[in-house]
Amino acid sequence: MSEVRTLQIDGKDVAARSDETILCAAEENEIHIPTLCHLEGLSDVGACRLCVVEVEGTPKLMAACTTTVEEGMKVTTTSERLVAYRRRAIEMLFVERNHICAVCVANNNCELQAHARNVGLDHFELPLMHPALPVDASHERFVMDHNRCILCTRCVRVCDEVEQAHTWDVAGRGTGARIVSDLGMPWGSSTTCTSCGKCVQVCPTGALFEKGRSISEPKARRPYLPYLVRVKERER
Amino acid sequence: MSAAAPAGAQPPRASANVCQAASCLAMGSAQVCRALEAEVAAAGLDDVAVRRVGCLGLCAAGPLVEVPEQGRIFERVLPGDPSSREGLLASLKGEARGGRPVASDPFFSRQVKVVLERCGTVDPENIDDYLATGGYEALAKVAGSMSPDEVTSEVVKSGLRGRGGAGYPTGLKWRTVAKEAGAAGKFVVCNADEGDPGAFMDRSVMESSPHQVLEGMAIAGYAVGANRGYVYVRAEYPLAAERLALAIRQAERRGYLGARVAGTRFSFHVELRMGAGAYVCGEETALIASIQGERGTPRPRPPYPAASGLWGCPTLINNVETFANVPSIIVRGGEWFASIGTERSKGTKVFSLAGAVKNTGVVEVPMGLTLREIVFDIGGGLAPGRRFKAVQTGGPAGGCLPEELLDMPVDYESLTQAGSMMGSGGMIVMDDTTCMVDVAKFFMDFCRQESCGKCVPCRVGTHEMWRLLDRMTRGVASRWDLEQLESLAGMVRAMSLCGLGQGAPSPVFSTLRYFRDEYVAHIDEHVCPAGSCHMGTAEPAAAGVSPA
Repeated sequence: MSEVRTLQIDGKDVAARSDETILCAAEENEIHIPTLCHLEGLSDVGACRLCVVEVEGTPKLMAACTTTVEEGMKVTTTSERLVAYRRRAIEMLFVERNHICAVCVANNNCELQAHARNVGLDHFELPLMHPALPVDASHERFVMDHNRCILCTRCVRVCDEVEQAHTWDVAGRGTGARIVSDLGMPWGSSTTCTSCGKCVQVCPTGALFEKGRSISEPKARRPYLPYLVRVKERER
Repeated sequence: MSAAAPAGAQPPRASANVCQAASCLAMGSAQVCRALEAEVAAAGLDDVAVRRVGCLGLCAAGPLVEVPEQGRIFERVLPGDPSSREGLLASLKGEARGGRPVASDPFFSRQVKVVLERCGTVDPENIDDYLATGGYEALAKVAGSMSPDEVTSEVVKSGLRGRGGAGYPTGLKWRTVAKEAGAAGKFVVCNADEGDPGAFMDRSVMESSPHQVLEGMAIAGYAVGANRGYVYVRAEYPLAAERLALAIRQAERRGYLGARVAGTRFSFHVELRMGAGAYVCGEETALIASIQGERGTPRPRPPYPAASGLWGCPTLINNVETFANVPSIIVRGGEWFASIGTERSKGTKVFSLAGAVKNTGVVEVPMGLTLREIVFDIGGGLAPGRRFKAVQTGGPAGGCLPEELLDMPVDYESLTQAGSMMGSGGMIVMDDTTCMVDVAKFFMDFCRQESCGKCVPCRVGTHEMWRLLDRMTRGVASRWDLEQLESLAGMVRAMSLCGLGQGAPSPVFSTLRYFRDEYVAHIDEHVCPAGSCHMGTAEPAAAGVSPA
């Protein structure tokens, strides 16, 4: 049972259901908070940290996607500090792995690229890591390019929560973390993959793409996801 | 299996308590025990008992043997060297010679033992020893004659705060879990995933007095209304796990765990869960995921485990040392406990003294003792000719405190204010040969390897900070790199998801605060003042990310 909560986001009075997140409440009121690992229809993990906001009374920054609203909350979604930190987080993703847009299949349809454009990221201050990572093209229809992966785990969640195949998971730690199919087998030899392609549709970058597509060609189809989730829920 | 004492009611005239904790065992104390038994028998000392006990504290000088009747502890009693046992045997015969006198040696006399009360006096593998020293009395009292609320009130009154590092009031946490409905049950979890470099006090407690931890857990279970408990112990502590498993079996057989605890209607079942080597699993939400059989990664809080923990049930998570404090609080009362320590930090704290001090080992001191007293009086100071430089507390999320702060009292608030933290109790002393930039690099390297990789600031930020620190220690960094380091440190602290990332920049901040001149020397003059960095070396191959 949810009740109504009233709070302030960027000085604007808003009402939200008690089980809603700050992100939800903000979006309903056309306050835009940048997100990357969040996707409507999937559970939230608070991993990319782009949606962090300031909440009055707490010294810590809170991820808007995982923090539920509270009565009388005062939320600030944009400040000098937040803008600088978000820019840094995006820069970190760019320096961590190889994201050369000009040769990326997701060019112009990439959420990471869009974020970089929005924050005006035109150069890197941090030293590049850019390790040479493998590309798994063993699947008959799709390709997984680890060099473009930002470990948002959308693919892991859509596969587990919507398709319920749980082909994808994360292995390894720190910068050595990788998305793996089954127990680290090549995608093509996966016995759980249904080749539904949902992971390809939810990938924010060019890490997962359909074979035969060239630079800038693929357009992800994502709005279907919430409908699919609703259908699934009704089925249960 | 405890005592080689002669049969009959006559207690032994003297006993040799041989330490059987990990570090003494590594030095051969199991063999020492057997050799000693043979020698005692050969000398016809049939009124002398050779006993196997837990940690005697002074790990630097193991294997240790104590003769409590003489009040002496004998150091370096080596298995292959009968001459190292001469003084000990003489002492067992009644002559007072050799060894370290416990009553007048500051290492022992300055300590106040609450948690370590039974360490070094009881056989950790024998429940009878524990029972003989008043063990499980607190549990029987609680389950038999106290209401859960009375138990919690006693803990609240004691002022006990979480000994895992953050210092959250234990009584308040218990009360929160107790108030949760928990229709599907509640859980008590003991966090024994001690992973800070240089910290080994929880291991020592588990290896020396495992029943005390279990008793604390059962009391907590009664207070919050939980009937199941888990001890999450890291696989790197096989002896601790073995002794805990044995203790659980013994306590179940004697009716102190399992169904009908101490003959009452309260039931409490405890299981062991082994950690698989991930430091981050000491973070409570990652620990929960790990117990559930999932990948050990933290999740954002709230909801806190007190509201939604193991399998979504209200879960009380406390550290080993916190639980080990509980039986004494129940037996002697919360007021007694609150009379030890300072205004806001009550009781004692166990520290593992390591690094450049003479007396490396496990010590327990009242809160509020100064760093100087711990390092110089109890620790015995540094090796001759070496100068004290810093003491590192709080592990990878703590900081390095310089000489100027040696007279600071050790309590939660003072340490946090000084840019470090209490942490779980690791205390690493550093002398003038230690480079503080290198220390910061060491801890950053640790965090970068132990980061779970879930959130961006920690995963990438710790790696980038490590690379910048690495450049500094090789003498190829610029002022720009220092600026970047500071800006990154602030961002990673503020943005990271869990305590690992939020705490990772602390060693950088504290070394920059107290030892900035060393950073400047590395950068501007390409010199390492401590002489420990190899300036001008090429970038190591490991600097990049290792390929999958």
